[in-house]
Amino acid sequence: MPLFWLILVVVGMSAIGFVLGRQRALASAGGESRDLHSLPNYYGWNVALKAVVPAFLLLIVWLIAQPLYVGSSVSATLPDSAVPEGSTRGLVMAEVRRTAEGLDNAVEQGLLDDDFATNARADFTDVTQRLKDAGQIVTAQITQPVLRAAQSYRVMNASGSFYMMIAVLLIAAAGFFFAVRETNAEFRARNVVENGIRALLIGAASIAILTTIGIVLSLVFNTYDFFTLYPASFFFTYLTWAPSFSGRGGGSDLGIIPLLWGTLYISIVALAVAVPIGLFAAIYLSEYASPKVRAIAKPMLEVLAGIPTIVYGLFALLTVGPLLVSVFGDDGLGWMQSGTAVMTAGLVMGIMLIPFVSSLSDDIINAVPQAMRDGSYGLGATKSETIKQVVLPAALPGIVGAILLAASRAIGETMIVVLGAGAAAKLSLNPFEAMTTVTAKIVSQLTGDADFASPEALVAFALGMSLFIITLGLNVFALYIVRKYREQYE
Amino acid sequence: MTDMPMEDAPVRGSLTQVDARTKKRNAAEKRFKAYGIGAILIGVAFLIVLAVSIIRSGAPAFTHTVMDVEFTVTQEEFNAAEGELFKTKAYSNLFIGKLAAQLEEMGLEVEIEEAAIERLLGKVGADIREFYRENTDALGTPNRFELSASSRVDGYFNGRVTRDTLVESRFLMLADLDLVDVLHEAGIIKGAFNWNFITGADSGVDNPGGAGIGASVIGSFFMMLVVLFLSLPIGVAASIYLEEFAPKNRFTDLIEVNISNLAAVPSIVFGILGLAVFIQFMHLPQSAPLVGGLVLTLMTLPTIIISTRASLRAVPPSIRDAALGVGASKMQAVFHHVLPLAMPGILTGTIIGLAQALGETAPLLLIGMVGFVARGYPEGIVAGFTDPNSAMPAQIYTWAARADASFYDKAWGGIIILLIFLLSMNILAIILRRRFERRW
Repeated sequence: MPLFWLILVVVGMSAIGFVLGRQRALASAGGESRDLHSLPNYYGWNVALKAVVPAFLLLIVWLIAQPLYVGSSVSATLPDSAVPEGSTRGLVMAEVRRTAEGLDNAVEQGLLDDDFATNARADFTDVTQRLKDAGQIVTAQITQPVLRAAQSYRVMNASGSFYMMIAVLLIAAAGFFFAVRETNAEFRARNVVENGIRALLIGAASIAILTTIGIVLSLVFNTYDFFTLYPASFFFTYLTWAPSFSGRGGGSDLGIIPLLWGTLYISIVALAVAVPIGLFAAIYLSEYASPKVRAIAKPMLEVLAGIPTIVYGLFALLTVGPLLVSVFGDDGLGWMQSGTAVMTAGLVMGIMLIPFVSSLSDDIINAVPQAMRDGSYGLGATKSETIKQVVLPAALPGIVGAILLAASRAIGETMIVVLGAGAAAKLSLNPFEAMTTVTAKIVSQLTGDADFASPEALVAFALGMSLFIITLGLNVFALYIVRKYREQYE
Repeated sequence: MTDMPMEDAPVRGSLTQVDARTKKRNAAEKRFKAYGIGAILIGVAFLIVLAVSIIRSGAPAFTHTVMDVEFTVTQEEFNAAEGELFKTKAYSNLFIGKLAAQLEEMGLEVEIEEAAIERLLGKVGADIREFYRENTDALGTPNRFELSASSRVDGYFNGRVTRDTLVESRFLMLADLDLVDVLHEAGIIKGAFNWNFITGADSGVDNPGGAGIGASVIGSFFMMLVVLFLSLPIGVAASIYLEEFAPKNRFTDLIEVNISNLAAVPSIVFGILGLAVFIQFMHLPQSAPLVGGLVLTLMTLPTIIISTRASLRAVPPSIRDAALGVGASKMQAVFHHVLPLAMPGILTGTIIGLAQALGETAPLLLIGMVGFVARGYPEGIVAGFTDPNSAMPAQIYTWAARADASFYDKAWGGIIILLIFLLSMNILAIILRRRFERRW
C-alpha cells in the first residue's frame, strides 16, 4: 500500500530532522547548550514539525480533492447519450466507478493485464465477461462510453496518486531543508514551535465544527438530490410509507408521517416508563437514601446506561416481545399479533432511559439550595410535602430539560426499534401493533440493495435530516432550560 | 417548649395521641417514600432480569454437542473406500459400520440409517476421508473423532427442540431423536466447549452451528485501534486548547456549542455522515474497520473532550502558577505539569469513551460492516484496517435478524463476549481512577 509507505517515509524524515536540527543547533553554539536561545530539543521539534505538518496537510487535502476532480472531469467526458432514459449522470458515474474498481481488482488478481485494462479499443463485451470471471460485481453489460470513462478514470487516479506522492515528498523535503537552514543559536525555536503547536491545538478543536459541517452538508446535498427525484410536498404530507423494492425508483410512496407517528408513539411509551421511575428514583436517592444505599443503588442504575443498545434490542426481540405476547397475544387478551410492537420497543427503551432521567434529575434536585428545604421544615412540613411543594417546583425547569434530553435520546435510538418495533409503517393507535420509526427506516433503506442514487435510498438522507433537526431542536431547547435554571441558584 | 403554658392555643387533644390529619400526612409521607424505594427496586429488578436472561440464553452458545467416537480404519478399508465411485458415501458407510459395532459391544441394538447420520452430523464421510488422506500414517491405529452435531441436536439438548414441538423435516426426524438418546446414553454424544464460537468467523445462513464471533472481534479490535489513536490525541489537544489557551470569543463559543450538540446527535446520524463523506465522497473502502473507526472517532470525540476538560479543570491553578513562576512558558506549564497530573482522569475518560464506541451498532450498519462480511480473519495488519470485516455488535445484530432461531443462541453468546470486553474496560477505568486519582 503506497499511501502507508508514503506516511512512513514522511514520519521517518521528520525523525531524522529532529536529530539533525538538534545537532546543528548545538554545533552552531559550539556544543554549549546555554548559548542557545531555546532548549536543544526545540530546534529538533522545529525541523520535525516543519517536515511533517505541511506534508500531511497537503496529503489530506489531496486525498479529498482528487476523487472530486477526477470524478467531475470524467463525468464531463461522458456524452449525454451515455445517460439512459430515467437515469442520472450520478448513477452512470457510480457505474463507471464500479467498473474502474472492478478493473483494478481484476488486474490485482492477475486476471487482466494492465495493458488490457487501459486498452482504449478493448471490446466491452469481452471486458464484461472477464470482469465477471474475476468475480467482480458488474452491472449486466458495460456500455462503450462507460468502459472508456472507467478506463480514463483509472488512468487519472493512478497518475493523480503518483503526483500526490511526488508533491508530498517535495513539500516534506522543502520544509525539512528550510527548517534545517534556519537553525542557528539565535533562532527563537521555542516560540516558533509553541506557535505551531498552538495552531495544531486550534485545528484539533475545530474538528468539532468540521464534523458538524460534514453532517449538515452530507444531509443537505443528499436531501436536495432526493427532493429533485421525489417532491418534498409528497414526502411531508403522504400518509403511507411503501417503498418499492425494485431499487430502481418509481411507484414508491415515501411519506414521513407514519414514521414520525411511530417514532413519537414509541418515545411516548418509553417516557411513560422512564420518567416516573427515573424521577422517583432520583428523589429517593437525593432526599431519602442514606449514603450507603446511595453508593450502591446509584451505580447499579447507571449500569443500565452503560449497556450497549444492541443488548436492549435483543432483549426486546427475544425476551420482552414473547413475554408480552404470552400475556396480550392470542392466548391471552388477543390484542397482540407478534412480539415486535410499539409496546415492546417502548418498554425496553424506557428501561434504557431510566438512568438518564434519574442521574440528570438527581443533579438538579441536589442543586436546590438546602435553605429552601430548611425553611419548609421550619414551617412544619413533612419531608414529602417539602419535596412536592418546594423542591420539585424549584427544580421543575431543570427536570423538564432532563426529560426533553431523554426524549431526544428516545427519538434518535436505533437498535431497539430496529429489532423490537417491527418493520411495517402504520398509522394506528394500538400500542400492541408493530410500527416503525424514522431511525429504523434509515437503516433498512441504506442497508438494502437499493441503488444509492435512487429515491428509495436517498430518502434515508431526508429522514436523517428530519431526525437531526428534531433532536437538535430538542437538545438546544433542553440545554437552554437547564442552563437558565442553573444560573438562578449559583 | 414543652413546659410552656399553652392557654391560648386551641385544644387539639393529647400530644401523645396523633390526630387524623397528622395520620393522613404521615401516611402520605410513607407512601411517597415507598414510591421512591419501589422505583429503585424496579430499576434494579430490570437489571437483574436483563443479566439473568443474558446469561441463561447465552450459555448454550459456548457449548455444542459432539459425537465422540474412537475407531480404527485399516489400510485395506482405506483402499477399498478410495476405490469406490462415491467416496464420501463409502466413508460414511464405513463410519456407520464402526459406530454400530461399537454400540453392539456395549450391548445396545439400534438401527443406524445413513440419512439419519447425515441429518445429525452433516457430511461426516468427507471429514473422515480428508483426515485419512492427509494423515495416512494414522491408518491402522485407533483414532478419536469429535464430530460436531447439527444445531438442531444442540437445540434438543438445551430444550429448544422437544419431541412434542418437533416438526419433521429434512433437517431432523422424530426417529433421529431415538438414535440420539441411545447414543447419549452410551456416552458417545455429549456436550463439549465450543471453541469455534470464540475463534471462528460468521457462517452462512444455513449453518448456525459453525458461526463464530472471532473474526468480528478482530474487526472491533482494529476499529478500536483507530479510535484510540485518533480520538485520544485529537481530544486531548482540543481540550487543552479550550481549557488553557482559548480566548473568550465568538470562535471559542462556536466550538463549545458544537461539541455539546455533537454529544447529543443520534449515533445513526454519524453513520449517515460516514456513508456520505467517507464512502461516497472520499471513496474509502466499504465495510472497512478503518472507516468504522473514523466514524466512531467523530462520535466519541465529544465524550472524550468533555471528560478531558473536567480532569484538566481539576488540576489546581497553583500548579500552573508555580510552573510559570519558575520561568516555564505557558505551553511548558501545560505540557510538563498540568497534563501529566490530569492523565489518569483523561485515560479513564478515554477508556469509557472507547467502551461506548465498542458497543455502538447503528452507524456501522450504514457503512456496510454487517455481520455476514466477517467471513474470515484479515491477512496482515494493513488488511486488518482495509479489508471488509464486521464488528461484534453488528455481528450480533446480523445473527438476531436471521430467521433461524438457532442463531439467537449465538447472538446472546456474542452479547456475553461483548459485555465481558466492556466490563473489563470499565473495571480497568475504575482501577485507574482509584489508584491514580488525586484530590486537591
